[in-house]
Amino acid sequence: MGSPAEAAAELCSTALAGDRRSLARLLTAVENRTLVAEGALRRLYPLAGRAHLVGITGPPGAGKSTLVAALVGHLRAAGRTVAVVAVDPSSPITGGAILGDRVRMQAYAGDRDVFIRSMAARGHAGGLASTTGAACAVLDAVGFEIVMIETVGTGQSEVEVAAAADTTVVLEAPEMGDEVQAIKAGLLEVADLVVVNKGDRPGAQRTASQLRAMLGGGRRGIHGPPVLITTAATGAGVPELLAAIDRRRGEGALDDGGATRLARAEAEVSGALGDRIRRRLDEPGMALARGAAVREVAAHRIDPYTAADELLASLLGVETGSSR
Amino acid sequence: MTERPIKVLIAKPGLDGHDRGAKVLARGLRDEGFEVVYTGLRQTPEMVATAALQEDVDIVGLSILSGAHMTLVPRICQLLQAEGLADVLVTAGGIIPDDDVPALKAAGVSAVFGPGTTISEVASYFRANARPRE
Repeated sequence: MGSPAEAAAELCSTALAGDRRSLARLLTAVENRTLVAEGALRRLYPLAGRAHLVGITGPPGAGKSTLVAALVGHLRAAGRTVAVVAVDPSSPITGGAILGDRVRMQAYAGDRDVFIRSMAARGHAGGLASTTGAACAVLDAVGFEIVMIETVGTGQSEVEVAAAADTTVVLEAPEMGDEVQAIKAGLLEVADLVVVNKGDRPGAQRTASQLRAMLGGGRRGIHGPPVLITTAATGAGVPELLAAIDRRRGEGALDDGGATRLARAEAEVSGALGDRIRRRLDEPGMALARGAAVREVAAHRIDPYTAADELLASLLGVETGSSR
Repeated sequence: MTERPIKVLIAKPGLDGHDRGAKVLARGLRDEGFEVVYTGLRQTPEMVATAALQEDVDIVGLSILSGAHMTLVPRICQLLQAEGLADVLVTAGGIIPDDDVPALKAAGVSAVFGPGTTISEVASYFRANARPRE
């Protein structure tokens, strides 16, 4: 392969023509934030925006992977194409990861209209990898109708998926908490759909009623988000969930000027801006200045804000303002 | 992100239900800094090839204790080559008689790890032999 730009052009054209190996390699480039990835995203971004991006989030063991597998089954039965990006945590110690979400998604080998990709979070907090959004844009651009984003097992505040997805499905397991859990700020606030999974367990109905009672009056209005009950392992409730996901299209969740997509674009631009600034700070000249500034801060000779102002000013080639 | 983690697929093709070894290896490789895709029990060769393709792994590690390795492993190697994944390092482990190793290597397997192999030996081999990538 020649230059990164040529490599990107080649990978994009073969991936767009349907070659799954090129698609997989593009996703690797995106994960590794290579120059090829940036060149490819410049080409592919204008082609994205057609897929319905569906985030599936919830605590570890709630059944996210099993539910995703069940949804994939229904989508394929209806002849619809689907991609899955499944994020699992990276070790904060070694950087290693166990990507185990495919265990529940095995039935689709050889079906080229299903594409499942695992991603390690690589130190990014918030439930996703920093490159998950870009990976989704690639899968969207090559034509998958639905792209599901399965987050790492989340606690209460990993809400980033709401910006990455058009529709955010928050999974709960029965008896995971009382009504106070349901009114705490965080994950449930960003839900477009709430699903109580493991609906065959005792307490599923009660959990769903509590959630219905407590989630009204938020950003989705007096009634709150729909609360559904599924049993992903048997498939019960899954068609109803898929219908609810599809209804979001009619509600304008996929409109280009809609709040969800504006918020996503905002996050993407901010992310790219941050990356560019960090990359500039890693360049040899700046790395030296940054090292010096860090040592000054460590010695408490200057404060972190002054250090940041001065670094930013020298990046932009302007005099430091009087912002301190 | 300075050093890109090496991505490994640990798969259990065939019908034996003994995945403790594969899980211990997956966990050990995690601790060695690898990104390990684990796909669970009872994989067909097609499932292994599809996972290797979609995940764009650098290495495929096959764990087989059923004795079916002479059927399953060459078939997986064939499928990987057909998918254009000839540059993916294929290794095997489990219960594989020494006499079978030459035939497996001829089929495309790069190394066979028998009982008693330590995780750090596997990790060192993977680091030294994974395909070079951008």
